[in-house]
Amino acid sequence: MRGFLTLHLGRTALFLVTCTSVLAVFLIFLFVVREAMPFLAKFSIKEFLTSTAWYPEAVPPKFGTLALLVGSGYVTIVSIIFAVPVGILAAVFLSDIVSMKIRNIIKPIIEILAAIPSVAYGFFAVMVLAPWMQEKFGFSTGTNALNASLILAVMALPTIISVSEDSISAVGRELREASYGCGATRMETIFKVVIPAAHSGIIAGIVLGMMRAIGETMVVWMASGNAAQIPSPWWDLSQSVRTLTATIAGDMGETEKGSPHYRALFAAGLLLLVIILCLNMVSEYFLIRAKQAGGKR
Amino acid sequence: MKRLVCSLVLLALAVTGQVRAETLQIEGSTTVGPIADAFAEYFMRTNPGLEITVKKTGSGDGAAALLDSRCDIATMSRFMKDKEFQSAVAKNVFPVAHAIAMDGVCIIVHPSNTVSALTTAQVRDIYAGKIKNWKEIGGPDAEIVIVSRDTSSGTYETFNDKIMNEEKLASNVEYVNSNPQAQARVKTTTGAIGYVGLGFVDADVKALKIDGIAPTKQTISNGTYPVSRPLFMFTNGYPKLGSTVFKFCTFYLTEKGQEIILAKGFVPVTNY
Repeated sequence: MRGFLTLHLGRTALFLVTCTSVLAVFLIFLFVVREAMPFLAKFSIKEFLTSTAWYPEAVPPKFGTLALLVGSGYVTIVSIIFAVPVGILAAVFLSDIVSMKIRNIIKPIIEILAAIPSVAYGFFAVMVLAPWMQEKFGFSTGTNALNASLILAVMALPTIISVSEDSISAVGRELREASYGCGATRMETIFKVVIPAAHSGIIAGIVLGMMRAIGETMVVWMASGNAAQIPSPWWDLSQSVRTLTATIAGDMGETEKGSPHYRALFAAGLLLLVIILCLNMVSEYFLIRAKQAGGKR
Repeated sequence: MKRLVCSLVLLALAVTGQVRAETLQIEGSTTVGPIADAFAEYFMRTNPGLEITVKKTGSGDGAAALLDSRCDIATMSRFMKDKEFQSAVAKNVFPVAHAIAMDGVCIIVHPSNTVSALTTAQVRDIYAGKIKNWKEIGGPDAEIVIVSRDTSSGTYETFNDKIMNEEKLASNVEYVNSNPQAQARVKTTTGAIGYVGLGFVDADVKALKIDGIAPTKQTISNGTYPVSRPLFMFTNGYPKLGSTVFKFCTFYLTEKGQEIILAKGFVPVTNY
């Protein structure tokens, strides 16, 4: 009897503990939706998504998030362009090329990169990278899209490297040996056999890195300059951009609770939540595929 | 072991003993925060047993906290808005303003910039994006990098109120979320213009004369410098005479209070 009770009580207790984090997700979602609802009901959603005018304190206020959405997308995509080649090559190096001894030194160091507080990165961006860019490249402003993207790339690297490295390591020894047996060189084996075989895990790593970049707040708030504009011409990385996260963090402090501005920030938060949710589903899909592929071999 | 237990018990007693002390909650503006902090430090040093917490999240938060009776004093870098007043009265809270100091918003540029005076209209045209290069107003041939505080800060509101005259800021204006950050951006960018409270002007940036008047303690306290504002502490009703809240809200009148205000880079409202 006592054994029965402890077993079931223990189970229930653990179940409840686990539920708290699930509950937290739902409550946050509910709260954001509840606070954003009055805005979505009152203002045009089309204007919210397609206008570039973000003047929340003007009379009448304008709540166009397109420039912010583009800013978020901009720094995320550029940072991924920087981080992906470096990340995948580093993962290949760690899993296939370097000796176990050195790998065991390098990998923990890369993981420390993920533990550095983002505000420390921000300091570096404002005080070191920004003046350096102005001096070296003659940019008129050092806090710009390039600055934010570079820092975000470094922050996304540990995620991309460790998830990719896990999935590359999971590719079976037989596959590699078969490739060598057919007369392929080491490079051909890595690029034509191992990486394609591990692609699900690598994509999952990239998407996880993207989520880190798009959700990051402190660094972009400090490094991107926060000008609510779409760069023109569009490829000009030396211009300032403003992201959704930075807008929410920057504006929330002094808005009047319950004002349209306050509601609009929650609507922006909801938008961000939806984007992250989609990305999360993509990464889950590829992680599951990576697991199945690993199981088959 | 016994000794350890004894000392732990003593420690616990000491901690519980302190919990019974008088407490004072202060919440609000990041601009007034440093003054409130320094006042609080002085009060706690001279009145052992008094516990003061100062939160610095923003004037709007301060007003909201006073309305919900979550704080004894709300620090604000702007006056209360009509709406805030109305909802306060509806909740039986009657805000009383104490103007404790003056804050001059200084327009700053990089020290290497040859421009040293602008008119209000010129500053407005720069921030509205009509003047794009320093050479248009007699400076070097360099693109102007415009730095503003975030649109919900009290400093922005004063700037917007005194300079912008209902005009919108250009879309390429960069936003930073604190006075030190605005100062750092201007310090490290040769073409930059920004604005900060008088307390954040140092040798690394140059404060411009506006409409021919340089921002100094005198011009700000006597009201001739065009971009200045009073800083407030708000209480629910006038505080009971002799109470800690009363002492705190009138501390700016004492010699020590004025010393602190000056040391934090603001200007005392009493000028003698």
